[in-house]
Amino acid sequence: MSTIDKVAGGVGNFADDTVGASKVVNGFARKIFPDHWSFMLGEITLYSFVILLFTGTFLTFFYEPSAAETTYVGNYAPLAGQHVSEAYASSLRLSFDVRGGLIMRQVHHWAALVFVAATIVHMARVFFTGAFRKPREINWVIGAILAILAVFEGFTGYSLPDDLLSGTGIRIAQAIILAVPVVGSYISFFLFGGEFPGQDFIPRFFTIHILLLPAIMLALIVVHLMLVVVHKHTQYPGPGRTEDNVVGFPLFPVYMAKAGGFFFIVFGVIALIAGLVSINPIWAYGAYDPSPVTAGSQPDWYMGWLDGAVRLMPGWFEFNLLGFTFSMNIFIPTTVVILFTMGVLCLYPWIEQAATGDRREHHLLDRPRNQPTRTGLGVMALTFYVLLWISGGNDIIAHMMGLSINDITRFLRVAVFVLPALAFVITKRICLGLQRKDREKALHGRETGRIVRLPHGEFIEVHAPLTEVERWTLVQHDSFRPMEIEDRLDAGNPSSLYGKVQRRLSKFYFEDRVEPVTPAELAASHHDHHGEVEGGHHDAVDAGNNPAIGTSQTLHG
Amino acid sequence: MSDIERAEEAHGQAGTTLAKPAGGLPDRFENPGLPPHQHRMGDTDPKAAKRAERQVAILLLLSMIGSIGIIVSIIAIKYDGSFDRIGLSTRAIGLSMFLSLFALGVGAVHWAKTLMPDDERIDYRHRQRGTEAERAEAVAILKEGAGEAALGRRPLIRNTLVGALALFPIPAVFFFRDTGPLPGDDLSTTFWKAGDYLVKDPEGGRIRAADVSLGSVVHVLPEGIEEEEDVLNQKAKAAVLLMRLEENLLTEKSADWGVDGTVAYSKICTHMGCPVALYEQQTHHLLCPCHQSTFDLTQDCKVIFGPAKRRLPQLPIEVDDEGYLRASSGFHEAVGPSFWERG
Repeated sequence: MSTIDKVAGGVGNFADDTVGASKVVNGFARKIFPDHWSFMLGEITLYSFVILLFTGTFLTFFYEPSAAETTYVGNYAPLAGQHVSEAYASSLRLSFDVRGGLIMRQVHHWAALVFVAATIVHMARVFFTGAFRKPREINWVIGAILAILAVFEGFTGYSLPDDLLSGTGIRIAQAIILAVPVVGSYISFFLFGGEFPGQDFIPRFFTIHILLLPAIMLALIVVHLMLVVVHKHTQYPGPGRTEDNVVGFPLFPVYMAKAGGFFFIVFGVIALIAGLVSINPIWAYGAYDPSPVTAGSQPDWYMGWLDGAVRLMPGWFEFNLLGFTFSMNIFIPTTVVILFTMGVLCLYPWIEQAATGDRREHHLLDRPRNQPTRTGLGVMALTFYVLLWISGGNDIIAHMMGLSINDITRFLRVAVFVLPALAFVITKRICLGLQRKDREKALHGRETGRIVRLPHGEFIEVHAPLTEVERWTLVQHDSFRPMEIEDRLDAGNPSSLYGKVQRRLSKFYFEDRVEPVTPAELAASHHDHHGEVEGGHHDAVDAGNNPAIGTSQTLHG
Repeated sequence: MSDIERAEEAHGQAGTTLAKPAGGLPDRFENPGLPPHQHRMGDTDPKAAKRAERQVAILLLLSMIGSIGIIVSIIAIKYDGSFDRIGLSTRAIGLSMFLSLFALGVGAVHWAKTLMPDDERIDYRHRQRGTEAERAEAVAILKEGAGEAALGRRPLIRNTLVGALALFPIPAVFFFRDTGPLPGDDLSTTFWKAGDYLVKDPEGGRIRAADVSLGSVVHVLPEGIEEEEDVLNQKAKAAVLLMRLEENLLTEKSADWGVDGTVAYSKICTHMGCPVALYEQQTHHLLCPCHQSTFDLTQDCKVIFGPAKRRLPQLPIEVDDEGYLRASSGFHEAVGPSFWERG
């Protein structure tokens, strides 16, 4: 027995004696995880969170969470001798006097930007592939809560240096609180310890930023990952993959190396960006003072959509009634929009469940094209989000493109409603088109690019039939039909309110659909082309009289 | 493969789609099972495997160089307060960290992809939902426990328990009572009162009315505000813009509250409280840089565009005997963003 074996044996023996490690190893070491690049988006989120914990801890060793006035002495000459807050002075010292301090600050800030971005892209992946379906509804809700907490965590974090830009952001946050009907003024006075800005918000935001929110997020992340283990990871459809298996590679050693290595890749890339690209240069903004402001004030990117919503709101949404002020021009685009977004996000799995009447477990992911309505809704939501985000930069756009800010704002006020609806319709049509293409391919095979002239003079392109392995991905999915033409066992009672809503939803989701090719259709298609070379028979697919395609009207009709 | 088929069948039964038989052929295609495994170069060619091994080792060596580079960068690049040094240090540490971390990561991934087994393996899933027997057992256990607690037979305990549990978290809210004072009239009042002199912000010094030239704009604070304990809180409400334009362009009220076309307006946006710091001299518009609310000075600072609702409040000013500008009263209304009690 070699020394290594002896040491490993000793460690293993101790671990098993004390914490039952052998059971853990037996249960987890060879767990299978499926492979796909899109599964790494969640990993990026997790790893940037870990990087934030490391770098954030370092920053707390130097940062002084205090609004007390001090005279800045340090390496940054332009501000020498100025009266600033301890928070700002210590952030400057961290940047200019602590070796490696600036890069730690920049890694922290860049990792935060990446964290929120990766969270949202990961959520989009989960949404578009239907990974939120049973049994993962709760994990979707946990993810949605994590996403909004990430935004608040980011906001409280970039408020801490107490520079001019972040102070302006806090001022806006305070106005959002003031705009809450009935209790707004009280919440603001309790949060800020009196008037804005006061002395208390810095230590309070510090506790929220480094303890309260990270603790909640860490707990939720642990549950999020435990549920991934409990449910086993979803997988994309393909030959050999079923709802009852998971095809991939073992945790030890393959994923240990791949996922572990990926952590270092993410960390390395963020360090590279942080080393080369300056972020949040607080020394250039100066200390916070409520009187001056810089033109083109922009929050961190993930706050942009709310800032944009605020910018688009016409002022007449504010009104006085019964001696009270209703600041709906602020309350609606901030508090209401956040609550509405969170509500819809959290409820979405059940909304879709009502439409499908499907209570089965799903472990095979959807190809987005096979769920045209869901994909359309997702793109609609993203379009809305991006338009709000663009609105948040309307002044920058006006400046860069030499346009009138008033025109841009007026355009966006309309566009924010029209373009998402348009995006929904276009996306849904593209999905249906892609499904038709899949049908075409499954029925007639793949185009070879070889043109043949038939004896009677017709030119056709030769199609090569697909193997059953190639065909499977195109034909494996379920296609729901509206409940009015096909009752589903799990559908609610049609005379109840829920049953009615469910049927309307079902019609909305599945009225337009393209069903996958069946073995009978494939056989019929081969029969049709008996003795001739496969040609492009688009008509057969697009025709309204094909019972597999079209609307419920044609099916009824 | 038989396992997969078995699993397929199991799922077919769990499905609720009503199947429609179609003339002898199955309703759906059958899962063809995993395609045959494609071997990599390294699996069959020992030379390729050896090459991959060397590549991984080189990457790991690069990572070591990077790690040492971080240490060298921190020790060797001393801070002398110059921007160049800080920039050099940040870039050197950043690039070394990249090499150290990225090469390590790529090395590990390359090792996994080229040398570790890449044949796909299969695990089986289990439904989250228990079997009918398990569920029945769970229900029986819960019923038994509930029976032992006998809450159904003891409504008095049940009801008081609900009451106690509902009430106990509420006091927690009251612990926050002293996180801040009640608003009182703090949101409606400012530092300005009759007789306060206007001083320049930030340089200080009273302003002589005759020195305010046509078309100019001056950032203004009330004299004495810098001595206040809560100077930032006061500034957040008392900041004022002083502008002079031809008197006939102003409304009658505006002109009345000003001095020879010199007028003072609150600089705190009535939307969200940002300083309305951009003055367009040609159009006499004031623009808030945060959300682009636009106020027209010639219309008593009425909102002409953007998300703000209320006009900027005007500060009435007058000239003293020596020609210096001072407030003839405080603001007549609350400045800054709206709040519920503002009315």
